[in-house]
Amino acid sequence: MSSTARDRIFARLHAARTTVSPHVPQGGNWQAPMLDKAQRIELLKTRMETVRSEVHVVSEAEWPAKLLEVLKAREPKTLTYGHDAWFGGTLRSKVKGKGMPKLVPYGENVEAFRDELFGIDVGITSTLGGIAENGTLIVWPTPQEPRLLSLVPTVHVALLKADAIYSTLAEAMREMRWAEGMPTNALLISGPSKTADIEMTLAFGVHGPKELIVLVLE
Amino acid sequence: MGSQHLDFTANVTEALADRQLRANFKSALTGLMKKRVAVLPDEAERERMRDDAEAAKRNALAKLPELLERLERKCTENGIIVHWAETTAEANEIILGIMRSHDATKLVKGKSMVSEEMHLNHFLETHGIEALETDLGEFIIQLNHEPPSHIIVPAVHKNRQQVGRIFADNLEGIPYTDVVEELNAIARRTLREKFRTGHVGLSGVNFAVAETGTLVLVENEGNGRMCTTVPPVHVAVMGLEKVVESLSDLPPLLRLLTASATGQLVTTYVNCITSPRKEGERDGPKEIHLVILDNGRSKMLADAQLRRTLQCIRCGTCLNHCPVYIRIGGHAYGSVYPGPIGKILTPQIDGLADKGVLATASSLCNACEEVCPVRIPIPGIIRRMRTEAYDEKGDGVVKGHGAKKNLLETLVWKGWELTYRIPALNRFVVSMLGKFGDRLPNVGPLKAWTSVRTAPRFAPKSLHQLVKEEGIRHE
Amino acid sequence: MAHTFTYPRDVKTVYYFGTCLVDMSFPQAGMAGIHLLRRAGVEVVFPQEQSCCGQPAYNSGFLEEARAVARAQIKAFSKADWPIVVPSGSCAGMMRHHYPEMFANDPEYFDVRKFSERIFELGDFLHNALHVQYKDKGKPVKVTWHSSCHAMREMGATAAAKALIGQLSNVELVEIEREYECCGFGGTFSIKQPEISAAMVADKVEDIRSTGASAILSGDCGCLMNIGGAMERAGVPVAPRHLAEFIWERING
Ligand code: SF4
Repeated sequence: MSSTARDRIFARLHAARTTVSPHVPQGGNWQAPMLDKAQRIELLKTRMETVRSEVHVVSEAEWPAKLLEVLKAREPKTLTYGHDAWFGGTLRSKVKGKGMPKLVPYGENVEAFRDELFGIDVGITSTLGGIAENGTLIVWPTPQEPRLLSLVPTVHVALLKADAIYSTLAEAMREMRWAEGMPTNALLISGPSKTADIEMTLAFGVHGPKELIVLVLE
Repeated sequence: MGSQHLDFTANVTEALADRQLRANFKSALTGLMKKRVAVLPDEAERERMRDDAEAAKRNALAKLPELLERLERKCTENGIIVHWAETTAEANEIILGIMRSHDATKLVKGKSMVSEEMHLNHFLETHGIEALETDLGEFIIQLNHEPPSHIIVPAVHKNRQQVGRIFADNLEGIPYTDVVEELNAIARRTLREKFRTGHVGLSGVNFAVAETGTLVLVENEGNGRMCTTVPPVHVAVMGLEKVVESLSDLPPLLRLLTASATGQLVTTYVNCITSPRKEGERDGPKEIHLVILDNGRSKMLADAQLRRTLQCIRCGTCLNHCPVYIRIGGHAYGSVYPGPIGKILTPQIDGLADKGVLATASSLCNACEEVCPVRIPIPGIIRRMRTEAYDEKGDGVVKGHGAKKNLLETLVWKGWELTYRIPALNRFVVSMLGKFGDRLPNVGPLKAWTSVRTAPRFAPKSLHQLVKEEGIRHE
Repeated sequence: MAHTFTYPRDVKTVYYFGTCLVDMSFPQAGMAGIHLLRRAGVEVVFPQEQSCCGQPAYNSGFLEEARAVARAQIKAFSKADWPIVVPSGSCAGMMRHHYPEMFANDPEYFDVRKFSERIFELGDFLHNALHVQYKDKGKPVKVTWHSSCHAMREMGATAAAKALIGQLSNVELVEIEREYECCGFGGTFSIKQPEISAAMVADKVEDIRSTGASAILSGDCGCLMNIGGAMERAGVPVAPRHLAEFIWERING
């Protein structure tokens, strides 16, 4: 039945061709400004902080210390991450001892891990880049770092390399060649989960993370 | 609801009498209007974005059959199963079939206006399937067995006290509270449990990119990501107008959708889905279905003016700016799509006989057209609905054209035409009104007018006469 | 849809389209407009064959009747190609923007477009084409302003009206809170949806009342009839005045 519905729909769509020769206005008129690196970091930080993300710009060497500071302030019991993520080894060597969360790698399929995952406090992920104009992280989950890492835990910590911050979404799409191959799931993340569905009052953490903490690595 | 009789006048009377309702709408919508301007402060830049957004949508409509074929091909290559539905009934059956093939009885839903158009929840419930809304606003009104009153903020008509009572009355073990933070926390607890245990997740689609076969969903809460990631099966439903040609169409569309809908620069999540879980990936649905619905849309495409209805990106800002919607709220329209967009969309889908009355609920003030991010000429299409409702020339195309045709109005307007077309008759009528107009019987239109106003007055001497008497040059 | 128009220069003669409502109910406002144009040194010609722009039928779904009446107007103003000045933003918007739409598929389309390009709203024309300067001779007074939706959104005439009011030194202009919002007139809308229209005008009256102004000015008699009628019924002592009539009185003391 479905294929005949398809045929009838397409017959009408094609027939519309004969009755209307549409005017299509020109696009390509709008572009957000291109920025230099310092401006990109600055704008991304400002934009993200406006929607209550926490952004720390740190050196490549400093980030583990900053992470420990962030964790200490929150005292989470559990932390999940991708075992084979580029920072996995660093995590295992630094996040241990008193007051530090237990590391729980996302090492199984969700079917086996789901119940545990829904109880975990912090998820850490890498990012593929950032977008300054909107204060956005580009996150393309991988087998090493699955999709739910950035969604289910109460706090999401993201590591972002400063060199990978683009000025605009259009630039990111172009430079990263999105059109040549999209991943299973590409995410743009611009803050903690939020809602204003009750009396337009903004509240954070309605389904996903209540906090988003971004470490920008210079 | 499509076939249900709409008593618009009764709905309006009821809505206008509800002071709480009017206050809730006014404060929320005024806030949204201000936020929109705050996030799009530079008018010239805003107009450039609108140029691009309009161009992207009109381009897609101009190539609609090709782009849909391309979308289907790309999705299929990517492993997404594509279904076509001419009617909402067909779409519902397709989804029921998917649920049954997985022995699934629990559906967790992200926000989808098309699923409202299908009355999917009701349909599934009659087949023993739980369909649970997970967007906070949708969740609230589902608990209270109401339809949404706004396409972006479905529970905008409720204040915190009302939400508190709905939760206390409908959720087990929940005491009354009117603290927004607490209400959100209650929803979080309740719904996270549902995501964890749902069998199938359903979502709408904001943009479907033909170039790559990508479904783009925007949201703030994260429930959409939950529904499209946690359950093993994801079903996406979309109207066939949601397709755009390429990824490069997205930046202005996303920026304007978000700014117009909620006055934000960007939503928390832009979720781009291109395939089901691949070998080696640890989460995400193993199966994705895309249901593409027509329900009257392909017919709109066949008319140069009406097809512009299909440019709509469902941002809801025309509702926020509509002086009629602000006062009567969404439910009075008795239709899934209220407000200005509803006035042009609903009569085309459900027909002028049932829903043509909606097109009378506009003063044609043009506020909607002024703000519509994709520049749909809404007032012009409202006029078109009115013209089609009477269909004088018999060349109407909208379902139910001519439904409002009646002898009385035909005669009245014929008389009007003669009065204003024939100068001698015009002079006579105007002079009679000058003499006797103040004694017109207070019935019909005059009675409607004088319900809250004094009667119009007629000058003893018309402008035509004064001009002559003053010796102004006349031809 | 706000537009920037090309205004004619060195205007010697204009046509005047009075509108049906002004003709029947507000002829003094119409005359005031003529006086203001003549005072600016322009000869005013008023074709007696004119009547109504056709908007009531056009907006009510009776396109054929609207077209017939529109044709009659185009004919009435066809002897010369002078600008056509209209003391109503709504009727001006109809003739400027909607006439070409109504005749889009007709052979006369290009003639209609030429006609439409000659249409100007009165306040806009006084300010932007004639650059009038006024000296206020009246007593201090506080007024408020209401733009018709089409004066604002189709003719972009709001700024000009406010600039003219601004020239009157003893007139204080206070803006109403929701100035951008329709007063609820909408022609036949007010009788097809009387309850919604009533709710809209009630809010507008409330906004006007709370400014404390003694007069509400507008360039459109449709809105004035609606707002004025509602204020009179509700006993709100604010005078509805057409902008032209108000200015004419102020500059003549
Ligand atoms: S018609 Fe325009 S303003 Fe209204 S919902 Fe659609 S896109 Fe938004």
